Amino acid sequence: MNLITLSSPHHTQSTGVNKVMLQVLMALVPGIVALCLFFSPIYLFNLLIGCSTALAVEALILRLRRCPVAFHLRDLSALVTAVLLVISMPPLIPWWITVLAVSCALLLGKHLYGGLGFNPFNPAMVAFALMIVSFPVPMTTLWLAPNSGLDFASALQIVLGQTLLPDGISSATPLDYYKTQVGRLTATEIYQSELFFGIWPAGWIWVSLAYLVGGLFLLYKKVFSWHAPLGLLVGLAVLALIFGLDPDSNTPLHLHLLAGSAIVGAFFIVTDPVSGATSRLGKFIFGFGVGCLAYVIRTWGSYPDAIAFAVLLMNFAAPFIDHYSKPRTYGHSTRHQGYK
Amino acid sequence: MFIILIAVSALGLLALIFGAVLGYASVRFKPEGNPIIEQIDAILPQTQCGQCGYPGCRPYAEAIANGDKINKCPPGGESTIQALADLLDVEPLPLDGDHGEEKPKMVALIREDECIGCTKCIQACPVDAILGAAKQMHTVIADECTGCDLCLDPCPVDCIDMVPVNTGLQDWHWQKPQDNLIATDAQPKQEASA
Amino acid sequence: MNAFSPAPNTQVWPLIGGVEPKENKQQSNGLSIGYLPLPPFLVLPVNQHIGVAAEPLVAVGDQVLKGQLIASSSGKISACLHAPTSGKVVAIEPRPVPHASGLDSLAIIIEPDQQDQWREQEPWPNWQQRSSEELLARLSESGIVGLGGAGFPTASKLSIDQQIHTLVVNGTECEPYITADDLIMRERAAQILAGVAIMAKLLQVKQVLIGIEDNKPEAIAAMRAALEHYQGPEAVIKTFPTKYPSGGEKQLIWILTGQEVPSGRLPADLGMVCVNVGTAAAVQQCIVDDHPLISRITTLTGQVLAQPRNYELLIGTPIVWLLAQLGVTQAERIIMGGPMMGEPLANPQSPVVKTCNCLLLPTQQELPLPPSASPCIRCGFCDDVCPASLLPQQLYYHARSRNLEGLAQQHLFDCIECGACAYVCPSSIPLVQYYRYGKGEIRQEQQQQAKSERAKVRFENRQARLAQESAEKEAKRKARAEAAAKAQAAKAAGDNSAIDQVIKAAQAKSAAAAATKAEGPDLEALKSAVEQAKNKLMMAEERLAKAEQEMPENAAAFRTARDKFAEKLAKAEANWQKAQQETKT
Ligand code: SF4
Ligand code: SF4
Ligand code: SF4
Repeated sequence: MNLITLSSPHHTQSTGVNKVMLQVLMALVPGIVALCLFFSPIYLFNLLIGCSTALAVEALILRLRRCPVAFHLRDLSALVTAVLLVISMPPLIPWWITVLAVSCALLLGKHLYGGLGFNPFNPAMVAFALMIVSFPVPMTTLWLAPNSGLDFASALQIVLGQTLLPDGISSATPLDYYKTQVGRLTATEIYQSELFFGIWPAGWIWVSLAYLVGGLFLLYKKVFSWHAPLGLLVGLAVLALIFGLDPDSNTPLHLHLLAGSAIVGAFFIVTDPVSGATSRLGKFIFGFGVGCLAYVIRTWGSYPDAIAFAVLLMNFAAPFIDHYSKPRTYGHSTRHQGYK
Repeated sequence: MFIILIAVSALGLLALIFGAVLGYASVRFKPEGNPIIEQIDAILPQTQCGQCGYPGCRPYAEAIANGDKINKCPPGGESTIQALADLLDVEPLPLDGDHGEEKPKMVALIREDECIGCTKCIQACPVDAILGAAKQMHTVIADECTGCDLCLDPCPVDCIDMVPVNTGLQDWHWQKPQDNLIATDAQPKQEASA
Repeated sequence: MNAFSPAPNTQVWPLIGGVEPKENKQQSNGLSIGYLPLPPFLVLPVNQHIGVAAEPLVAVGDQVLKGQLIASSSGKISACLHAPTSGKVVAIEPRPVPHASGLDSLAIIIEPDQQDQWREQEPWPNWQQRSSEELLARLSESGIVGLGGAGFPTASKLSIDQQIHTLVVNGTECEPYITADDLIMRERAAQILAGVAIMAKLLQVKQVLIGIEDNKPEAIAAMRAALEHYQGPEAVIKTFPTKYPSGGEKQLIWILTGQEVPSGRLPADLGMVCVNVGTAAAVQQCIVDDHPLISRITTLTGQVLAQPRNYELLIGTPIVWLLAQLGVTQAERIIMGGPMMGEPLANPQSPVVKTCNCLLLPTQQELPLPPSASPCIRCGFCDDVCPASLLPQQLYYHARSRNLEGLAQQHLFDCIECGACAYVCPSSIPLVQYYRYGKGEIRQEQQQQAKSERAKVRFENRQARLAQESAEKEAKRKARAEAAAKAQAAKAAGDNSAIDQVIKAAQAKSAAAAATKAEGPDLEALKSAVEQAKNKLMMAEERLAKAEQEMPENAAAFRTARDKFAEKLAKAEANWQKAQQETKT
């Protein structure tokens, strides 16, 4: 008898990173469906470009780094990055920006630091920030209004750069619009604009709600704990309540939470385990920080939707948060001081 | 003009204050510690084999403190060099091959029936790890032997061997898992003996 | 604290962290405890416990009786060993022991004579009338160790100096698959409680807390029923939800009392002692029946076995034989203990030992081998389940880069190696192996540190001694020189022909010696040197030949010895020839 001697435990759940990532992808489906329904099915094309770029670039880099390509491709993390990136970019973005963004995410955001598990920043957000700084005009103006009636073929032509953007098709996001108009118009006036049709900017809200469904599914599946998402929402809400009580002078709470990328951010971005804080308390602090920073940048900064920058800033702080949010080890009287 | 003067003097004042605080702190919170030679000596493996070219670990520690290279100690090997580099804040160098290579830990073993009791090895042993008297059989106290090899040459009948320190059940521990291996591949020994 | 409140208190504190792996207990807990025939031989390693190995008392060829002491404890923390049946000692030699390393360890091998004849026994049915000293003396001869798997000598546990107020009895058995304690509680509850009463008397405790997980209703009922007839300090059975690893000593103490054992200390520092239910039953057997620890209940389970069941096995039963009895000749893995913390055996020839609470033989489908590890994604799942509230991923990073200092700062030694973290890790990282590696490296480092510290001291002492010796020599030389100078002075003063004569005689003698030397080299001496060298070479050659046959691994050393002697011979011959030529010319 030749016996195999492997260290205990001999029993594992063996979920596998790819199962976790697959669940995340599945949870994104409702959001993507909502995007296609309320804005444009062009998102599907963008996703196709983004995902194929992701697979190709990831494979290439792994090859260059002499890592087992198939083994690492199977963890699906590159796909998750690509999908998150594509759905946070405007729908009519030229295809080459998508390609560039996904490549940057994987190369500069991930592999430069040693690949999955070693990246200090959220790769998707690194690429998003890079793109918005490098191509501010397309990244802020190529949004569609909900139910704009733009058909897939013409949208495709715009994305492929074959036609120029027809007038009146693109629109600002509600947060952007509100912010630029709020000094001049009253809240009621803003709500009457065609973007809103009432106080709820319909399409945007539905998309957020769809993401929320996906997020709750992940929460139920215990892919992440509630701490980071709640932290973000609480952080954002607290500041919005303090400073935004008067809807005539500031963006109100419900728009902050539901009209921008706050829900995607809360359930799909700040929950990225690699670049966030790890302990439960740390996760809450991390999310809370992102929420506060997002509000600050949205309100007093120049970017209308600021989750990406807020996340990157908090990524810097994650090791620091980890250091001070360590739990107390069994049998020790004080919280344990981390590695100096 | 006046504004510039104010700015300069304010900055100067700040510099003075911070300088004073820092100066005070550096005296007040001076990290107390062993003299550097002690710290170096504590890192060296104390084999006392002299392979570094100095008569023992302490002299080499003194030499390092005076600027000698840190890569001359074969028994310590990479880990010692790394620790020295950390301590002295210098680049770790690869082990200097002129002084020998890093070998597994050994202890001396006297083939006792051949020992003629000449006491030559006792005189050679730097840590008094050999027990014996003239014309009596000698033996090595394995626990105290540092594996320095110094007793081999003086033995007129070559009855001393260096044998690897045997890992008993008590000393055995799990090795570091290898990265990126399929679990069943992690069993080369078992497969080989199959 | 509530620990001393008058009404029986069944409050429990929830386990921190923990996981809920599939229990897999129903396979083996349906049947009563079974028995096997006497094996053809018994292998009894002298170290089956934590602490110093026992000292063999028998010699090869000795006849032993069942229950006879064959190796005695040596040192404070050690345990005795008894013959599990009557028979003959056929060997005392290193044999494979149940361990992942596959290394051998000294063992006493007994061939049963099939008589199964007991030594003289002196049962103490009325043990209450015995003094504590007597009881403790019998216990320390009993060879009982912690039967839950840790193997700490029980007598050492019961003879501590600290004031103990609580005896914690561990019937948790949180590991999946294992049902040995479950069955003992069902079938031998009265025995367990009698053992508890004995220990309670020895320790003078005020209360007894019995912890059982709620997945063993029959065991709980049996224990409750037996408690009716129990006599001793107040005893409470506390049940709590099934969650792994509630049965860890430190975890159980937290669950039952809400107190934490300080890091690096023992429960005794809190005034508590924790024993397993199996151990309690063994204590009763030892005291009341004068029946030392020669057998134990072991769960044999896993899909490889046709019928998983608990057996009462003699200590020393060879595992291959045991499996053959149950119709198993092939297995991929044999795990001693449960799937979470069990030790994978490297050699099926190893025997059942005192700490062997379970032998698990899983199939691939049942417990698949873990897939290859992916990078840690810092998901924090491991942090959430760690019962010690450690940060397993931080430990992993430090262990991976062999940062021993970092490991110590992350409290590596508070890790109980429960494996909960590796169980949930989505990247299938063998975290526990990293921790074991880290612990081993740290211990090794400490040993080396201690050793080099000793070497340094010895070196410095020797240096000092040599310096002193040479100083003394110097002083003597000076004294002699002074004496000579005095003599010179005296001579200069004239009138000392006696000294003069002595000096002259000495000078003449040395001149003569020089003359003989000048005559040429001492041919005789050289020749005998050649002869001697030849002899030695021959001897060396003989030894080499022998070594090559008997211990090929050492042959290299003998070969260098031979070569050296050959060199010496060549040198001696050259000298001799040169001398011969010189004398001829
Ligand atoms: S016994 Fe030999 S090898 Fe060991 S320390 Fe002494 S001289 Fe060195
Ligand atoms: S094995 Fe150690 S680190 Fe992992 S969960 Fe158990 S106690 Fe915590
Ligand atoms: S469970 Fe595994 S992958 Fe997750 S943080 Fe812990 S070690 Fe890393």
